[in-house]
Order: sequence, then C-alpha cells, then structure tokens
Amino acid sequence: MNGLAILIPVALLMGLGGLVFFFWAMRNGQFEDLDGAAQRVLLDDEDDEDQS
Amino acid sequence: MNAVTPISSDQSQTVVSRFAVPAIRCAGCIAKIENGLKDTPGILSSRVNFSTKQVAISHLPELDDDQLKRKIEALGFEAQVLADNPLSEEKGSTDKLIRALAVAGFGMMNIMLLSVSVWSGASGVNRDLFHWISALIAIPVIAYAGRPFFASAAMALRYGRTNMDVPISIGILLATGLSIYETATGGAHAYFDGAVMLLFFLLAGRVLDGMMRDRAREGIGALLKQTAPGAMVLDDDGKTRWVAAKDLLPGMHMMVAAGESLAADGEIISGSSSFDCSLMTGESEPQPLGKGDLALAGTLNLSSPVTIMITATGEDTSVSDIARLMDEAGQRRSFYVRVADRAARYYAPAVHSLALLAFLFWMFAGAGWHQSLLISVAVLIITCPCALGLAVPAAQVVASGALLRKGVMVKDGSALERLAEADYVLFDKTGTLTLGQPTPVNLDDLGLTQKQVALALAQASRHPISKAIRSSLLALGIEPVALDDIRELPGKGMTASWGGVKVMLGKPEKSGDHLSSQLTVGSDSVVLQLQDEIRPDAAEAIAALGKMGLPAEIVSGDNPQSVALVSRALGLSAQAGASPQDKVEAITRLTNEGHKVLMVGDGLNDGPALAAAHVSIAPGSASDVGQQAADAVFTSESLMPVALSVKVARRTMQIVHQNFSLAIGYNIFAVPLALTGMVTPLIAAIAMSLSSLIVVGNALRLNGAAK
Repeated sequence: MNGLAILIPVALLMGLGGLVFFFWAMRNGQFEDLDGAAQRVLLDDEDDEDQS
Repeated sequence: MNAVTPISSDQSQTVVSRFAVPAIRCAGCIAKIENGLKDTPGILSSRVNFSTKQVAISHLPELDDDQLKRKIEALGFEAQVLADNPLSEEKGSTDKLIRALAVAGFGMMNIMLLSVSVWSGASGVNRDLFHWISALIAIPVIAYAGRPFFASAAMALRYGRTNMDVPISIGILLATGLSIYETATGGAHAYFDGAVMLLFFLLAGRVLDGMMRDRAREGIGALLKQTAPGAMVLDDDGKTRWVAAKDLLPGMHMMVAAGESLAADGEIISGSSSFDCSLMTGESEPQPLGKGDLALAGTLNLSSPVTIMITATGEDTSVSDIARLMDEAGQRRSFYVRVADRAARYYAPAVHSLALLAFLFWMFAGAGWHQSLLISVAVLIITCPCALGLAVPAAQVVASGALLRKGVMVKDGSALERLAEADYVLFDKTGTLTLGQPTPVNLDDLGLTQKQVALALAQASRHPISKAIRSSLLALGIEPVALDDIRELPGKGMTASWGGVKVMLGKPEKSGDHLSSQLTVGSDSVVLQLQDEIRPDAAEAIAALGKMGLPAEIVSGDNPQSVALVSRALGLSAQAGASPQDKVEAITRLTNEGHKVLMVGDGLNDGPALAAAHVSIAPGSASDVGQQAADAVFTSESLMPVALSVKVARRTMQIVHQNFSLAIGYNIFAVPLALTGMVTPLIAAIAMSLSSLIVVGNALRLNGAAK
C-alpha cells in the first residue's frame, strides 16, 4: 500500500514529463524539417565556429 | 549550425521573409544558401527548411523581398517570394490534433494501468482510490483531447444538423458522467478507460487524415506565383515607381525588363521582344511580339525591355480566367465528398435513435434507469463508426505511402478512388509524353572550339533553346571561351565578337517545322537540330494502360506537325492546336459518352482540363498550376508511374471494400449484442478498438502493392 503511494505519483509524473517534453518539442519546431536534420549532419561547421 | 549571425542592435525591427527554393537537393545546397546569405549586411539570419524547400530570412526592414530574391539567385538558386504563409492556419489544425492525440495517449495508458489493477481484483478502498485517480486523469484529458469532437458537434447542432461527431460526443460525455456518478457512489464499475480509449483511436484516425490533407495543400497559391508581384510604372512626368500588382490600373504604362514576367495583361506601346508564352499556350517556341500586340500576364519577357499599356489587371487577366475555369471544374468533382457527407448525416441520427430506443425499451422492460443508461452508452460506443471511418483513410494513407516511395505523390485520398474508376486516358504532349526540354541531337557536328563558342553565347541568353544548348554542352564538360560585346538581337539571336571574329547563335536562315538554331563562327555556320524527346518507356506505359482497359489519346496545344511526330511514334490518335477550353470540351464529350477520363498533363494550359477530368496526373516537371490542379504528381522521367498508380488504386479499392465488409460485419454482429444488454461499455470500447485495428492491419497489406 505504501509502495503504491509512491509508485502511482512517480508513474504519473514520468508520463506527464514525457508529454510536456513532446509539447515543447512541437512548439520549438523540432518536427518542422525532418529531412533537413538528416542532411545537416553532413555540413562542414568551420564557418560556424565563431558562434556560441 | 544554424548559421545565425550575431545580432547587433534593434532586434525588434527585424522582418522575416519566406522564399520557395525548389532546387534545394542536398546538404551542400543548405550550406551554400545559409553561408552565402550570412555575410550580407542587413540579413540577420537565414534558415533553410529542407523538407518544404523553403528559406526563411530574418532581415532589417531596409531590404525588400526583391533584393533578397536576387541575393538567393546570385547564389545560383531560383527563388520565389512566398506571401504570408497561407498554410499556417491549416497546418495548425493538424498540430492541434497531434497534441490532443498525445494527451489522449498519456491518459489512456495511465488509466489502463489502474483499470487492469481493478480487473485483477482490487477491491474496497483500493478500488475507490483507483477510480478517483482515473477520474482525476480522465476529466482534464477528455476536456482537452475531446475538444475537436465537441467543437465540431456543437457547430453542427447550432445549425440544426448532425454529423459523426454528435454521437461520439454524446457517447463520451454520457460514459464520463456515468463513471463519475459510479465513482462518487462507490460503484463497482467506471468507464473512464473506455471513453479515453475511444478518443485516442478516433484522434489517431483524424491525425492520419489531417496529414494526408496537409500534403495535398502544398503548393497552394501556385497560380498567383505565375504573375509578377508588381511592375515598374512609368508616370506621365517621366518618373518610374514600383507598383504592387493589386494597385495596378488599366491605362498605366509599365516597363518590363528582359527576364521579368508580366503582372498584368496589356498592349505593347514601345519596343519589341520575344515572350515565353508556354504557360498560357503550351507552345514551346517563344513568340515575337511588337508594338500593338497583346501580352498576357504570366508570360515571360525574354530578350529586350518593352513598355506596355495595361489593359486588364488582377481578376480580369487571362491567367485569372484560367484560375476561375479550374475552380469551377474542381467544384463539379466534389460529388463524392457530398455522398460521404450525406451517408454520415443518415448514419448519425440512426445511431441516436437506436441508442434512445434501447434506453426506452429497457426502461419499460423494468431494467432500471442505471442499467438502461449503461446499455444505451454501450450502443453509442459500439456503433461508433470508427472502423467505418478508418476503412477508407487507412487504406489510402498506406497506398499513397507506397506510391510515394515509387515517386508518385497522391495529393488527395479520393484521388485513388477516382483513379481506380478511370477508363480512358488523355495525354498532353509537350512535357507529358515528351520530356518538355528540347535537347540538341547533332552536337557531334560541332568542333571543340565551336562548342566552346556556342556555350559562351548560349550562357548569355534566357531563350529556351539557348538554355537547352547550354545544359547539354555543360553536361559534356565544355568550358566557355571569353567573348566581348555580347548582344541579344530580339527575334534573331545572340551575337558577339571572339577575338575579332564575329560569332552568332540564333535563328537559322531556313527553319524547318521543328526547333533548330544556327551557330556562325566567322564564315562557317552549322545548324543545330533540337528535339523534344519522348519519355523513355512511354510506349510500354501506354501498352500497360491499354491492357488494364484504358485506351489513350493525345490532346495538345502545340502545332499539328510536332504533334503528328509524337502520335505516329506512339501509335495514338491526336488532336492538335487545342486551347484550354478545347481540352475541357474533349473531356466533357468523353464524359458524356460515359467514360471516366484520366487526364495526364503539365502546363498552365492543361490546368482547367486537369481539374475537369475525373482524375488527373501531372509530371513533376509541370508548372505549379499543373501540379496543383492534378490529383497526383509523378517525379520520374519514365511514364510508367501512371500505369502503376492506376494498378495500385484498383488494389486499394479492393482493400477498401474488404474493410467496409469487415466494419459493417462487426456492426451487424455487435449491435444486437449491445442492444440486448450483453455488452458493458468497456467491452464495447475494446471491441470497437479491435475492429479498428483489424481494419488498419488489413490496410497495411497495401504496403507492397506498388511493385
């Protein structure tokens, strides 16, 4: 019984965390350019080194 | 990584402009554009979206769209200004559905966890606790994820109609209300799990459908892109100013430089030039126009600047006429959508009355209001047309995915339905049966230096023939020579001097019935023949279509000689010199004879025909208008995808029919059980989900159909 009092909130919070993360990713535009992300791996970054 | 240049001061004043850059093909293109734009003063950052082939540039307000467009073009990419994204709103609706789906999925899994504990024997205080937690999760989840259904149901009811969403909303709300009552009174059963699971599966179907629709909407507003966004207007006092297309008035004088397209219809009052009218007529050869001739909006001025007195603007231009023609033709076609809507309108009230009757019957039979309400909720859930609703979109999504891997993009689910029914094919010629790009066939007649001179001359011109010669010579790895004094003589060609020798590339003295060009170096001259080659395996594709029972015919706007050449090679009958209206009439005639016509065409002049035909396909090289009007677009050089799409479409319809029988069979089996009170809402929800899964599984078999 005591275990349940911990486990249920933990399960809920973890699920909620995943959900919040997914919402953030959608709002942040992470799914806007799926093919582009695959291509950008191949870019040379030399020109971008001055950026933080 | 993102090529963001450090932002100095007034961040608040930046403007974001979007450009369509269809030529983005690889990582190199991304780097070239982003790094190339980075060093331009006034541009703060640029970001390439590879999936949509767009570039978003955030810049200071001093730079206007036209300057930015030229910057991108200087990097070697053709660009088009995108107006304020008209898609964003529509795309937002799918995003909303995906969020609702995520929330419903979260709720479903957690509630299931608790429900399984209840089923496996939790009792007393534990059971009540689990029910309360379920309620705590379910109520916000239903409130959030159910919004699309509630909103649509409320809208329908406000206008005194009913749709699929009304029984779904009532079922969910009743099940939730009943469960809250059960929980509060410490009852043995709560049905939060059923309600949330129902929402999850319904939303999954909607999301699939929405993604399909979004893909279809790509390339909206294509027609307006054909006309220029505005023009330089010459005022009476001799000053020039830039006027946006919507502010142009008949009577204004606009100056059109070489390489610009026209923003309005008008009469040429000074200068003469050749115009690329291929968008309007499909004719591959540029037309020379001089003083007094009518030039149409959307055509491209190729060789020299002209002044044009505007006669028609905006809605009155010929290009808008074509748009209207397409619109009207498209509306005629939406018959199928109406049939589906009507079926839904009859189905929904039937479900309501069935549930209500069940409730009344069990009340009279003395089952008590609680038991009667449970039965009617079970009926509402079990008759939920999910499997029926998924039967068509699931099959269509899988089939169009399979076709996409073969280079055919089907834009609209109902296109597959119509494609399966087609029994007659009409082909356009230029760009459809042929590749649409003339290629020189006798380059071997030229010596190396002649090739180098030809390339140097061809590079300086925008004429389609020059472009063709240039690209074939570049493909051979020829380096151009340096020329002085390059000039373009309208209607004649390019001249220049090469180390004191006069060289020329232009119209031959004797021109035959097909495209040709003459290269003169000093006193030697060679005539280059150009041919628009027929697509590889066009004959096989036409034979394959014939085997499936689709006879073919050609309708082309081109001249009879060049049409005859192709029709003889492929053994098809042909109609030449057809205007856009003629093409529509040809389709109407065939339709009246009882045929379902598949139109395959590419140009703007095919637009109305593509929209009027029962179903239509355009090649990927087609004008934006052609691509937008067509139901499907194929990207390969071969014509085989046309035959393949018909084959896959027929297979898809088989699966759809199977799915319908499965879904209807399930309803015939389950509804009587629910009516007799043998099914609880939970079992109803499980049975409903199971039937949906079976339907989706059956649709997945289409994955291998496009082989």
